[in-house]
Amino acid sequence: MKNNDTSRRDFLATALLAGVASGCSSNNPFDPGDNKKVPSGEMVKLLSVDGEIIEVDKAFLNPVPEVPTLTNSEERIGIEGKKFVMVIDLSRCKNVGACKVACNHAHHLNPGQNWIKIHAMEDAEHTAPYWQPTTCMHCDEPPCVKVCPVDATFKRKDGIVLIDNERCIGCRFCMAACPYSTRVFNWQEPILEEKIATQHYSCETSVPQKIGTVSKCDFCPDMARKGELPHCVSACPNGVYFFGDMNEDSVTNGAETFRFSDLIKDKAGYRLMEDLGTKPRVYYLPPVNRNFPFESGLEKDTTEKNNSK
Amino acid sequence: METSTTLTNEIITNDLLPQKFGKRGMIWTGILIAFCVVGAFAYYMQLKNGLSVTAMRDYVSWGIYISNFVFFVAISLVGSLITAVFRLANVKWSTPLTRIAEIIAVSAIFFASLIIIVDMGRPERLFNLFVYGRLQSPIMWDVIVITTYFFISLLLLFFPLLPDLKILISSKEVLGKSFSKLYRFLGSFWKGTRLQDKLNKRAVNILCIIIIPVAFCIHTVTSWLFATTYRPGWDSTNFGAYFISGAFLVGAGGVLVAMYVFRKVYALEKYITTLHFDKMGRIVVLLALLYLYFNVNEYLVPAFKMKKSEEAHLTGLFTGEYAPLFWFAILAGMIIPIFILIFKRGRNPLPAFIAGILVVVGAWFKRFLIVTPTLLHPFLPMTDVPESYKHYFPSWQEWAIAMGSLAGALLVITFFARIFPIIPIQETINEQHETGNK
Repeated sequence: MKNNDTSRRDFLATALLAGVASGCSSNNPFDPGDNKKVPSGEMVKLLSVDGEIIEVDKAFLNPVPEVPTLTNSEERIGIEGKKFVMVIDLSRCKNVGACKVACNHAHHLNPGQNWIKIHAMEDAEHTAPYWQPTTCMHCDEPPCVKVCPVDATFKRKDGIVLIDNERCIGCRFCMAACPYSTRVFNWQEPILEEKIATQHYSCETSVPQKIGTVSKCDFCPDMARKGELPHCVSACPNGVYFFGDMNEDSVTNGAETFRFSDLIKDKAGYRLMEDLGTKPRVYYLPPVNRNFPFESGLEKDTTEKNNSK
Repeated sequence: METSTTLTNEIITNDLLPQKFGKRGMIWTGILIAFCVVGAFAYYMQLKNGLSVTAMRDYVSWGIYISNFVFFVAISLVGSLITAVFRLANVKWSTPLTRIAEIIAVSAIFFASLIIIVDMGRPERLFNLFVYGRLQSPIMWDVIVITTYFFISLLLLFFPLLPDLKILISSKEVLGKSFSKLYRFLGSFWKGTRLQDKLNKRAVNILCIIIIPVAFCIHTVTSWLFATTYRPGWDSTNFGAYFISGAFLVGAGGVLVAMYVFRKVYALEKYITTLHFDKMGRIVVLLALLYLYFNVNEYLVPAFKMKKSEEAHLTGLFTGEYAPLFWFAILAGMIIPIFILIFKRGRNPLPAFIAGILVVVGAWFKRFLIVTPTLLHPFLPMTDVPESYKHYFPSWQEWAIAMGSLAGALLVITFFARIFPIIPIQETINEQHETGNK
C-alpha cells in the first residue's frame, strides 16, 4: 500500500493504474522503486504484449525483482486436480546414486544430509539381496503430520507432504513418528552460498534450508508446477524412478511411460510396511528379472562408507 | 486446653520457622548455582551454534533432554500422591510430608517445561504453539495438561501455606524484615477467620479431587508421546499405566530422600519420625512391586514373541550395548529398594534414604533407556549417514544442561525451604490439638 502511495506523487499515470490494479503486494513488480528518475533521453525498443514494438526511456527500465509467484496458503493447497504418485522399480537399481547426487544438488543439502537413501536390503537370511532407494513416502495417513503440533508439516490435496521451514519449531516429533526414517534435521546453520541463503523461502522448493528445522524429500513440487519430473527421476541413468499422476493413471521416467494401474498389476507392485496403515504414495516393483546383479552396486556402497568415515 | 498447649505451640512454631543457611547450606547452594551457571553457559552455546553442539543426530533425535523431561514429569506426580490421594483417603500421618511433596512437584514440573524448550530447534518460535497449535498432536495435549497441572500444584502449595503465612508475618523479629514484606504480599489478606478457614479447606479439597485425574493425564499423555509412534519399544498399549506406576515410584522415592535431608539439616526429628520412614518405606515397596509388574509386561511379552522389529531393540537392552544400564536400572530402581525396605530395619531413616536414592537414580536411567535405544533401532537400516549418527553418547553441553536443570529444581526446593516452613506449622499445631499427644 505504502509503495503505491509514494509512487502516486510524480510517476506516469499508466504506471499508477497498473500499480493499483496489481494489488497491494510490497513486491509489486510495477513499482518503479526510485521515483525521482529523470528521463535520460536514451530510448530502448521493446516488444509489447500485443506484439507491437514500443520505445521506453532507459531510465525507467527496472530489473524484474524476484517475485514469489505463490503464497504460502496456495503452496499448502497444492496443484489442482493432481494426485502424484511414484513407482520405484527395484529390478533396475544398481546403487549408482545419481538420484541422490541430483537431489542433494537441487536442494542444496549439506554434506551428510541425504533425502534419498539407498538401502542394501535382504529380507531374510537366505533371500536375495537388493538395492532399495527410499524417498519420502508421502503417505496418505502420514504419521508425521498427525503429530506435528504447529501444522509445519502438512498433507496437500495433490498428495504431497511438505514442510514449512518458517513455521517448524524443531521439536522433532515428526522424525520420531516417521517409520521410514526419511526426515533430516538441520543441526547447524546450513552452509549455503550467499545467493541461495538469501533466496525467498518456499515450501515447494524447500530452499534455503534453515537451522533448527526438519527437512525431507518433497517430490519436487516446483518441478511439477513447471510440468517437469523430479530431479531424482530425470537423473537416474537406469530409469528406476517413475513419477506421475494417479488421476491420469500414468507414470513416466522420462523415457518410458506406463499406465500406472497396469504397471502395478503386471509387476505386482507393493508399498513398504503396509501393515502400519500409513498408505504410502510410493510403490515398489519387486526386484525380479534384474538388469544388474546386486554385487555390481557393492563397489559404490563401500566407497560411500569410506567417504562418510 | 488453650493454656496447656500454648507452650507446645510456641515450640512447634520455633522449630519449624525457616532458618538461615548454615555453612553447609551455603556450600550446597553454591554448588547448585555453579551447576546452573555451567548449564546456562552450555545452553548459550547451543543457542549460538544450534543443536549441533549436542550429540543428537537424525536417528537419535531425542536424547537426555527428553529423558530428563520424562523424569521431571514422573517425579512431579508425587505432589498429587502425597497431598491429594492421602488427604482424600484421610491419612493423617502424611501431614508433615505434604509441603515437601508439593514443592518437589512444582519445581519438577516447572523444569520439565523448561527442558522441553531447551530441546527445541527453534525456541524463539514457541509462540507458534499458540498461533498454529493443532489439537490432534500429543504435544498439544502435553502443553495443556502440564500447564493445568502446574497451576493446580501451585495452588495446592499456596492454599495450605496461608495459615502459616499469618504465623510468619507475626514472627517478624525472628525472620527479618526483608522476608516479611514477601509474606505480607502473599498472605496479608489472610485473617484466619472461620469463614476463610472453611473456604480454604473446601478449596484444597476441590483441588485434591481435580488434581488426581489431571495427574493421571499428564503421565498418560507423556507416555503417549512415545506410544503413538510405530517404533519398537514404544509401540505399546501398556505405556500409560507403565508411566504412571513408574512416576508414583520415583516420586515416593524422591520424598524419602527429601524427608531424610530436611530432617537432618533442620533437625526435624520430632516431626518427621521413624514412623514416617516406616510408612513411606512400605509405600515404596508397594509401588516398586507395581512398577516391576508393569516392567515384566513391557519387556517379557514382546521378548517372548521376539518379533523381528523388536528383536534388535530387546537384545540391545537384555544382552547388548545397553544391558549394563538396563540391569542397573531394574536392580537399583526396583529390586534392591524392595529388598531393603521390605525388612523393618530397612525402613529406618538411613537405609530408607539409601533406597530412595537408588530409586531416583535408577529411575533417571530408566527414562534414558525408554527414550534412546528405540531411536537407534529404526525399521529401515541406517544408510547414507555419517558414522556419528549411528551411536549416541551425550555431549558435555547436554550433560551440563541436564545437570543444570536438575540442580535448578533442587535450588528451587532449597530456596523454598529457606523462605517458607517446609513442614506446615498450623496443621501440625491443629493435629497436636486433635490427638492431644506429645
